[in-house]
Amino acid sequence: MENTRPTHKPGQRTIDTVLLIAFFTALAFIILVPFISIVLTSFKDSSQIIRNGFNLNIDWKNLTLDNYRAVFAGDNEYFNWFKNSLILTVVQTVATLFISAWVGFGFAFYDFKGKNFLFVCVLIVMMIPFEILMLPLYREIIALNLTNTYIGIMLPYLAHPIAIFFFNQYLQGIPREIIDSGRIDGCSEYGIFLRLILPIMKPALAAMAIYVGMFSWNNYLWPLLVLRDTAKYTLPIGLTSLMSPYGNNYQLLIAGSVLSVLPIMILFFSAQKYFIEGMTSGSVKG
Amino acid sequence: MTKKKLDLNSPKVAPYVFILPFFLIFAIFFVYPICSTFVMSFQSVNINEVHFVGLANYKALFGSSTFPIAIRNSAIYTLLTLVILIPFPILLAVMLNSKAMRGSGFYRAILFLPILCSVVVAGMTFRFMFNETDQALVNNILINLFGGEKVRWLSLRWPAMGVMVTLATWRWTGINVIYFLSGLNSIPVELYEVSEIDGANSWQKFRYVTVPLLSPTIVYVLTISIYGGLSMFVESQMLWAGKTSPMNIGLTIVGSIYQKGISQGELGYASAAGLFLLAVVLIINLVQLRLTGVIGKKEA
Repeated sequence: MENTRPTHKPGQRTIDTVLLIAFFTALAFIILVPFISIVLTSFKDSSQIIRNGFNLNIDWKNLTLDNYRAVFAGDNEYFNWFKNSLILTVVQTVATLFISAWVGFGFAFYDFKGKNFLFVCVLIVMMIPFEILMLPLYREIIALNLTNTYIGIMLPYLAHPIAIFFFNQYLQGIPREIIDSGRIDGCSEYGIFLRLILPIMKPALAAMAIYVGMFSWNNYLWPLLVLRDTAKYTLPIGLTSLMSPYGNNYQLLIAGSVLSVLPIMILFFSAQKYFIEGMTSGSVKG
Repeated sequence: MTKKKLDLNSPKVAPYVFILPFFLIFAIFFVYPICSTFVMSFQSVNINEVHFVGLANYKALFGSSTFPIAIRNSAIYTLLTLVILIPFPILLAVMLNSKAMRGSGFYRAILFLPILCSVVVAGMTFRFMFNETDQALVNNILINLFGGEKVRWLSLRWPAMGVMVTLATWRWTGINVIYFLSGLNSIPVELYEVSEIDGANSWQKFRYVTVPLLSPTIVYVLTISIYGGLSMFVESQMLWAGKTSPMNIGLTIVGSIYQKGISQGELGYASAAGLFLLAVVLIINLVQLRLTGVIGKKEA
């Protein structure tokens, strides 16, 4: 996305450009160091990791694919966790988006008693960190018999305050006449939402899909509390369960970690615009 | 309520049907848990018996040897992340936005990459980069550049804090830069042109145009940074591989809620800690919104 603008003072401008690009190239390298170090380590002998940690030294002769072979060998649960994460992410994203859009539509298109109070409630939920609630929520999930289920993971986040807030903001920009025209055409209130509003919301849904999807894929603490069986683990929990110093788990841990970041990276480079929009969607434009 | 059959399709009723999912989840998974923590914080909760103990949990909490350490760690961590993660990203955003910059889309994408990485993978990577052997990345570089001894990053108080703050800086700089960039883009170009005619230099333009007009974004980033700082836990969990950090140098408030409540089952004590954090979060949010004029000013 090169953007050439007319330059007024060519000499100074060129020096500035060179300095800026040099600075950001150096910064980009520093930012990439952790990625480079884990990818590099994933091709090294895993027995060296405890002794050496990660570093950028390359010994070309000793680079190996063994760690990846171990992941793909199949006598481990890695791809089972991968599959679990994938299913949870897709279902949670679709369900959360639908419910939150449903609620967001209610806030944006109707005036009703208690609306302001309820909207303040949305903002309050946004302000309170989940970690404060994890203990009572955990007990609640046990009491509801939802431990070890994906429903238990999804339920508390189903009406996602940030998504509701974002959809509400987005729908403010759409004229209310659209419901009237829907009513004239004989749509029910719910038909208006499903047939007229949801299709218009596509860009907002895409941005939020990225946000919720990434949150779900990377979510660690809450699924850790809900899930018990290793067979049901999601990737982040499965990977941390490999952090024990016994056995040869480091092969799986490092190569598996690299593979776990890949889907998001691919998604990011194919839908960058929606990513940035989605990740910044909580912010209020003044 | 009349006996008349409820018409779900009337425009009077429909909004409530639309809001219902939020209301239910808010009541069941937000209001109820907060109330139950509140009640539990005054109770001693065991498997068989629950009884009222008054302020005993709060006394135990503040009399304990670990919780004050957790408060101190969380406070210092939050403060340091604020000091770094607000001015530095503003500067980067201004530089990326400058007319002389080329290829800013590319660098923006690179800055954004860390946020895609789960805290599990990021935390583990930093643990191994800051490994305490002289072969590990950071020690290796420091020894090669400056000589001297290897640093025991995760065993000593301030180096450990440094690692935690570095991890936060690595993860959040990019997203904050993006926030500030979108804030910068909403500042009218004319203001800069006018100040240029008035003879303002770069610093004056930054100080008197950019910063004041960026303040809504600054308030927002401040809010989420306080939120993130005070609720930090998984990062330190990953840096010490799930074990207790030496001398609790990596223990945070949420870490002690987890340790006491989940691992040791001392629900009353952990609830008191949770409520303490809730109170802190609420007070900081209110004070901050008040000072920055978000509350008290009628919304447009």
